[in-house]
Amino acid sequence: MSSPGRRLGFGLAINEAFHQVMEEDPSVVLIGQGVKSPWYVGNTCNGLVARFGERRVYDTPVSENAVTGAAVGAALAGLRPVVVHPRMDFMLYAFDPIINEAANWRYMSGGAAHVPVVFWGIINRAGEQAAQHSQALHSVFAHVPGLKVVAPSTPRDAKGLMVAAIRDDDPVVFVDERWLYGGEEEVPTEVYGTPIGKAAIRREGTDVTLVAFSYLAPKALEAAAVLAKEGISAEVIDLRTLKPLDAATVVKSVSKTGRAVVCDVGWRTGGIGGEIAAQITEACWAGLKAAPVRVALPDLPAPASRSLEAAYYPGAAQVVAAAREVVARGRG
Amino acid sequence: MEGTDRTTLLLNLYRTMLRIRLVEERFVEPILSGEVKCPVHLYTGQEAVAAGVCAALEDGDYVFGSHRSHGHYLAKGGDLAKMVAEIYCKATGCARGRGGSMHVIAPSAGMMGAAPIVAGTISLAVGAAYAASVRGDGRVSVSFFGDGATGEGVLYESLNLAAVLKLPAIFVCENNLYSTHLPILECRPSEEVYKIAEPFGIAARRVDGNDALAVYEAASSAVSRCRAGQGPVFLEALTYRWRGHVGPDDNIQGAHTDIRSPEEIERWRKRDPIGRLRALLLRDGAAGEAELASLDERIAAEVEAAASAARAADFPATKELADHVFSRP
Repeated sequence: MSSPGRRLGFGLAINEAFHQVMEEDPSVVLIGQGVKSPWYVGNTCNGLVARFGERRVYDTPVSENAVTGAAVGAALAGLRPVVVHPRMDFMLYAFDPIINEAANWRYMSGGAAHVPVVFWGIINRAGEQAAQHSQALHSVFAHVPGLKVVAPSTPRDAKGLMVAAIRDDDPVVFVDERWLYGGEEEVPTEVYGTPIGKAAIRREGTDVTLVAFSYLAPKALEAAAVLAKEGISAEVIDLRTLKPLDAATVVKSVSKTGRAVVCDVGWRTGGIGGEIAAQITEACWAGLKAAPVRVALPDLPAPASRSLEAAYYPGAAQVVAAAREVVARGRG
Repeated sequence: MEGTDRTTLLLNLYRTMLRIRLVEERFVEPILSGEVKCPVHLYTGQEAVAAGVCAALEDGDYVFGSHRSHGHYLAKGGDLAKMVAEIYCKATGCARGRGGSMHVIAPSAGMMGAAPIVAGTISLAVGAAYAASVRGDGRVSVSFFGDGATGEGVLYESLNLAAVLKLPAIFVCENNLYSTHLPILECRPSEEVYKIAEPFGIAARRVDGNDALAVYEAASSAVSRCRAGQGPVFLEALTYRWRGHVGPDDNIQGAHTDIRSPEEIERWRKRDPIGRLRALLLRDGAAGEAELASLDERIAAEVEAAASAARAADFPATKELADHVFSRP
């Protein structure tokens, strides 16, 4: 039933996930600010209101705390809500229902109740939007027990992880990055879930492992191509899920290469990149030829000015530089 | 109020509104050409609210803004050239290119900042009122926010806090009838925003937000109440934005999210707050055509000079990326 060769971009892949899951499961609802507005949600919500109605696809008032809490409550009452935050920054108003309530509910009820909800946060940064329209908060969510965090980098995974997140019986934070909306790839037409907690090896290599996710995964692939011309063979892992982390795939790769560059799309201090580097160090210590190196955003709020943005966001060049560094200072 | 006081007031209101209008409209072309990149929420059409409220304030009073705050900044006395430079994200801007359009700030003028997190600064304004009450210095604090902010719980928490503490806080809701792309009645059960303050015992009223004098009079009375220690006031100013939610026109910029009819926009353009005040000035004999034309020219020249300076200015230097995170690195 899949039509070979059918290509989709990131946004339309998410859109297809909604169409298919909402069709197969009437308990799935999509609520949040801007579901009727392409300015907020791009093309991810095309056709949903027309097909499923304004009750199941509800463009809400600007009430992040209440709307997110309502999604949690609706999940407790048997729905499978997706609540969208068109800027991840806006989720900060919703920390209580996400962190205090949804994340803890199953455990503090001894498994008597659970919360099948998706918190879909869109990162839409750069464009001189400054500090409150640029923040990537995945590491904060990954810190919290009881939350799963996915951060796809490809259209195929965007669709599959949205499907999997909706079908999951526990709260999942879906990190959506608008910088990924440009690319297209073949996306299966049937409905499918991409396993949560499973990384993908995007390129095999022997000298260094580049661990990345979200927008830095394609940048790591670009970096690997550059490194190859210099005789450095890089293996690229796209984590896809940040929690639960697929440590086994990372450890296996670094055990082979002996070197790791960890790429985080968020701030350096306290970021998931540091956690991954720590796990690599703990698990691979004997085989490490050099300490892992992190690529991350500096510990600064996002600046407005384009001149500062260019210095603020890491890209392929920073990944290349980090890989060269870790290869150069290797101990064997 | 009579005679020269009234003339001075009307001319000040006119000058403030025209400065806001001409600055805002000067951004249209550079936004469309891509020269100005940061998100710009134009205040065109709503000028009477900022002008009327701020004319009732003293220099030491505080205002806090939102995503659409160029008007608040200018009306409160922020430097025009520095604001224009900030919107160009240049090093000479009021936030040194770190904030852009959504974070205009001039603390020395009492413009304490702006933020595009809906309702994000309402509680901050209450905090400044609290500071004034602790010091007993007689200052008042104004929170400007839109009708969209009435969906946020923090507004109600702030109303309660201000009422319980009888703080010198003025809540100014600029009701332009749309929360980005949503008509107000899709977001609230009623168009009458001011009634939300009544259960807190807060004096509340609606005023014609396109009538600068009416806004000024309502704000003056609110300021007097606050300074007399009688607690907070809520003003709903009914108005309309002529431009897009963000940028000159949501529809021509590709978002196609402006669902307002051209007829509706045209209806509101006929209630132009600047045109109305101009007519009043002429009718009162407070100013003649020649005098106003000369004022118009001077303001246009000021705006043009600010735009030229902003275009010529440097972007912040990359080596300064990490400056201003803490007082000391």
